[in-house]
Amino acid sequence: MRSELGRVRGLGAAREGVGHWWRQRVTAAALVPLMVWFVGMVISLKGADHETVRAFFKAPGHATAMVLVVGVALYHALLGVRVVIEDYVHHETGKLVGLVLVQMMTVLLVLFAVVAVLAIAYGG
Amino acid sequence: MTRKNRPLSPHLQIYRPQLTSLMSIAHRITGIFLAVGTLGIVYWLGAAAYGPDAYQRAHGVFASWIGTLGLFLWSVALFYHLSNGLRHLMWDLGHGFEREAVYKSGYAVLGATAVLTVLAWGIGCTI
Repeated sequence: MRSELGRVRGLGAAREGVGHWWRQRVTAAALVPLMVWFVGMVISLKGADHETVRAFFKAPGHATAMVLVVGVALYHALLGVRVVIEDYVHHETGKLVGLVLVQMMTVLLVLFAVVAVLAIAYGG
Repeated sequence: MTRKNRPLSPHLQIYRPQLTSLMSIAHRITGIFLAVGTLGIVYWLGAAAYGPDAYQRAHGVFASWIGTLGLFLWSVALFYHLSNGLRHLMWDLGHGFEREAVYKSGYAVLGATAVLTVLAWGIGCTI
């Protein structure tokens, strides 16, 4: 027999309550203005040479927006891909390995993107 | 325990495809496609960080016909996922669950996807 409180503290089968669901919504809402900015950036940098791109990211606001686009988009993607793996991979070991790999890849990609933006803007 | 032949709920292979179900799976498929496409963004940033030569190579990849096709499909997926995502957020707030409203918002998402794609590529090709 479980009390209501115990049930709440257990936070369901996924042990995280509505955490995943909520983070997916918050990142989705944040991505609306971010992707509008990103599409505008891609259009304005169409056919740009290397010097133009460097000059563009020298503006701290542009560099920050770019890092936010990649960071929030990849985190939102991680939350989505996680559910897809949980839904379609039925082999327990495969599921675990898949989930860990996707998380590691997300960390790697975000880290690389941040370093890359800083290198473009402030590198020699 | 003996299992009786109980009626099963209809599954994909027997279910008639409808706008609602097709748009639901399309949300997931475009999501996966967008996730894979972010690798392209990271590649572009990395190339620009490595210097002019690497940047020029990346530029060549995106400017090639297959790269342009990829960009176009990615943009369609983005505008669809964005519009349909707003539809999902509307549902999360508790609006638009009636049968008619669901179809209306569904067609609105398809329309918005087309308009945004034409608009983005129209602006991109004229400037």
